[in-house]
Amino acid sequence: MSDLRELYQDVIFDHYKKPRNCHVLDCANHQAEGFNPLCGDQLTVYLRVDKGVISDLSFKGSGCAISTASASLMTEALKGKRIDEVEHLFEDFHHMLTTPGDASRPELGKLEVLAGVSEFPARVKCATLAWHTLQSALKNQNKPVSTE
Amino acid sequence: MKSESNILAPEAVTEADARRWRDDFPILSETIGGHLLTYLDNAATTQKPNSVIASEVTYYRHTNANVHRGVHTLSQRATDAYEAARGKVQHFINAASSNEIIYVRGTTEAINLVAQSFARPRLAPGDEILISAMEHHSNIVPWQMVCAQTGAVLKVVTINDAGEFEEDCFERLLGPRTRLVAVTHLSNALGSIVPVEQVIEFAHANGVPVLLDGAQAIAHMGVDVRALDCDFYAFSGHKIYGPTGIGVLYGKAALLDAMMPYQGGGDMIRTVTFEKTEYNELPYKFEAGTPNIAGAIGLGAALDYVCAIGIAAIAVHEHALLDYATARVADIAGLKIIGTAGNKASILSFTIAGIHPHDIGTILDHQGVAIRAGHHCAMPVMQRFGLAGTARASFALYNTRAEVDGLISALHQVMEIFRQ
Repeated sequence: MSDLRELYQDVIFDHYKKPRNCHVLDCANHQAEGFNPLCGDQLTVYLRVDKGVISDLSFKGSGCAISTASASLMTEALKGKRIDEVEHLFEDFHHMLTTPGDASRPELGKLEVLAGVSEFPARVKCATLAWHTLQSALKNQNKPVSTE
Repeated sequence: MKSESNILAPEAVTEADARRWRDDFPILSETIGGHLLTYLDNAATTQKPNSVIASEVTYYRHTNANVHRGVHTLSQRATDAYEAARGKVQHFINAASSNEIIYVRGTTEAINLVAQSFARPRLAPGDEILISAMEHHSNIVPWQMVCAQTGAVLKVVTINDAGEFEEDCFERLLGPRTRLVAVTHLSNALGSIVPVEQVIEFAHANGVPVLLDGAQAIAHMGVDVRALDCDFYAFSGHKIYGPTGIGVLYGKAALLDAMMPYQGGGDMIRTVTFEKTEYNELPYKFEAGTPNIAGAIGLGAALDYVCAIGIAAIAVHEHALLDYATARVADIAGLKIIGTAGNKASILSFTIAGIHPHDIGTILDHQGVAIRAGHHCAMPVMQRFGLAGTARASFALYNTRAEVDGLISALHQVMEIFRQ
């Protein structure tokens, strides 16, 4: 039960039920679609990048609590970030998701609420779908990214 | 095998019988996170009884050799066991001859075999293949591939909001260009039983052969291919308590005889010269290469096991469980059953408002309850109902009412976590 509470924290429910930046971004100059064929989850990530800085970003789609909350938290975490910072942040985030008991990583900020995913390996793909889609959008790859 | 007299009268099956059957399945003693396993993912694959596990072990300890090749004792022993299992399959589905039983890897390979060896040479541009809207991907994609190869067209019989096959639509779509009907016997995503008797009768009246995808049906209802008069019947061993990697294509001998081999290689030939190869007779014409010998023998053991209990008794037990579970989930707020056909078997697919099937699956797993969450390899079915996926509990002979109670209490925990 404690693992479950660790996974389904209040912050995650808050972002699942009231996802932030969950809309189409009209001014976007990058976008990509992401798909998890295992569960059918699908989302689109929209980005406005100006002079190497993510000035705005959003997502639209439907998914489980983990994938929706992760997408919502990602949009909050990355607004105003330089795109060269994104990769390092995703590496740290991914490491946290795949390493049970990983030490606290202050640089991840609020994203740390997803640390509980590390006890549920089957759910890592849910938590990373938005991030993989974001990377694809930054590379301007037009074909949908898949978790498989 | 037990004698007929030991088979339970179906109406006499009790919870105690199911508990006794459970003891034959060692994996059901596993604990998951401190909870005794409640395995309700039987539509994906079933667990194996001791007799099936023992048959594989015995095969490798005492029998292993290649079949149809050797003069030595082990080869003879392996061949005898392999062919005896084919006879068990023949009797299980009441085929006219063991020559009509082709061993394949599973349902998927069986359907691909029919698509490539039966349909492909017979299809011209504009010809039609008729399937239904509730097929598993394995009864969609092989037909799409053969349509792309030949210019034939795939037609899809609709289903209604209950998930029932629409016979009116079927009769409308079956036309002068229809060359084959390929439908599921029991939907893996919805649990709907397709009225295959009527489908076959109508198709045959129009001179169209019928393939039944029996992947789900085979473990849950009696299948008599001669009474059905289906032209092809495909199923997998692992969904009826047998090993993975072994399955069966039944085909009427006259059709199989007229078909080209599916793959070329050893065992499927009579003579080979560089100028000309003469193919082997049925069923070997379709069994190129060294087959899954242990798997076939294991499948035979699984069918022996099922016969000893009686498929009718199993069906009655599972039906009672499905009814019980259907009634009990009605108390859960926001839960909606997907697939409410009048004629159903073994499968309870559902959604809960505001809770994604994946989250349901994770929280249930945490209490040792294994279900499937997702699209169940039937994405068009999910699209039909406007869903990304469902949660699915599916029953087998060893499940009990107590396990359904466990499922319900685990679902209440899902609600508690999500409605906090």
